Amino acid sequence: MSKAVSAQPSGAVSTTEIMIGAIAGMLAGLGHIAVGASSPIPGSAALLTRARSKGATRVSVLGSRENNPFTDGGRELFDCAGQGRIDAFFLSGGQIDGAANINLVGIGDLDDYPRAQARFPGSFGSSYLYFVVPRVILFREEHTPRTLVEHVDFISAPGTSPPDVYRPGGPYALVTSRCVFTFDRTRARFTLASVHPGVTAENVRAATGFDYDAPARVPETPALDAASLELLRTTVAREVAETYPAFAQRTWGM
Amino acid sequence: MAAQVTATLSLEDLAARIADGARIALPPDYSGCAMAAVRALMRRPVRDLHVVAVPAGGMQVDMLIGAGCVACVEAAAVTMGENGLAPRFTAALKSGEIEMRDATCPAIQAGLQAAEKGIPFMPLRGIIGSDLLRVRPDWKVIDNPLAESGRRDPIVILPAIRPDVTLFHALKADRQGNVWIGVRRELMLMAHASRQTLVTVERIEDGDFLQDAALAAGTIPALYISAIAEAKNGAWPIELAGAYPADRKAQADYVAAARTADGFARWADEVVHDKVPA
Repeated sequence: MSKAVSAQPSGAVSTTEIMIGAIAGMLAGLGHIAVGASSPIPGSAALLTRARSKGATRVSVLGSRENNPFTDGGRELFDCAGQGRIDAFFLSGGQIDGAANINLVGIGDLDDYPRAQARFPGSFGSSYLYFVVPRVILFREEHTPRTLVEHVDFISAPGTSPPDVYRPGGPYALVTSRCVFTFDRTRARFTLASVHPGVTAENVRAATGFDYDAPARVPETPALDAASLELLRTTVAREVAETYPAFAQRTWGM
Repeated sequence: MAAQVTATLSLEDLAARIADGARIALPPDYSGCAMAAVRALMRRPVRDLHVVAVPAGGMQVDMLIGAGCVACVEAAAVTMGENGLAPRFTAALKSGEIEMRDATCPAIQAGLQAAEKGIPFMPLRGIIGSDLLRVRPDWKVIDNPLAESGRRDPIVILPAIRPDVTLFHALKADRQGNVWIGVRRELMLMAHASRQTLVTVERIEDGDFLQDAALAAGTIPALYISAIAEAKNGAWPIELAGAYPADRKAQADYVAAARTADGFARWADEVVHDKVPA
């Protein structure tokens, strides 16, 4: 537990809050952050970034009424992104591989499609947004060889593209319950950037199904300062609860 | 399609206009789901629907699959949101009882936009390198014919999606059949693209929404609306923005019950067929 935390009467920083803090650290200074379906952790990070930006950052949350500025239907988010009006977005995957390919469709041989061994909900907007949003941050709480694999079984959206494919956007980092990886688009490879408190570089290596680079000494993921943590647990938590009530209940008891 | 006067029907008669085998466009959970009409379809039961989820499906799609009403699903995702995986959808894919056409959100919207314009396809960025192209042989990659000379610019084209029918629930219609949808413009897109549009509403009002500038901007003109039916709480247990929130307990109860086919059948007896449990 970090020092910033012990001052908090409401208790220790959870892994969820570490992940929120890590993602928020990648969003400072951006103009427009959009949050898609089933993304409560990035949504919390985006709303925290807005709260700290003093009005400089705009956040659009899909499925929200209070934090959704769109008036032209479901397509507006995508049209907005296609024009470069969205700076950051978040994607997850039932599987994510070492080349940042993501799988939101299912586990099993592609030849058996659609009869997957395990079926996930589906690709949502990933197959498009991964290409056009400059800073896509991948997030996945479960960090095991089952979720972080060498090769995904189904590519909902590829991590990189050949040079002739129009692609102003792509993966920037991957945040899990254990660590933060950054992604190098030219090498199509992750690098371990930091480990969360209580996690070692060896833990991460053992829990990861793909190969990646790591420095000799891996720093600890920085904790949120006390003021940011307070903001997250009060104002931001209430904003998150509007769209993700079950998550807000689980994380902050609201 | 000759212009017709919008019909005002009972809920059952409105549902009866959806033929077996119809390609039916359904809105996402945040947009106004005609759940009372969906239950009427399950009671009939309608068969072999080709569901187009615009762009993702939730409880209504899962219920229709569970009741054996669906032959094919075209969707960017089917999910119960915070309640997790859609149980009957997942089971039906595993058993092979439905055909799946996986998509991505803007591809469905672009296909509907092509239909709205009466053109055969729409180009869309992204997708290249995704396995969606392997499971969707109807999606093609072409070279941008307008690219600078000497530069290759591959781009995906998507066929127009022309649903036989769109079905949704809204707060209100007027007696002419103009339907107010506010900012939920995907409903406008769906109505423009579909051969017929059937709408259930909380209430039918006197007056003409198109004569009120504030209402007209968020109104689908009766031109596109085939029939309306009044259905109080017609979106229950899904939310209807500006009217009532989601019934989270009813949704969680559904997900718990629908984990098995037997559980789904017992749930449907009680909630859809109105049979008191023994």
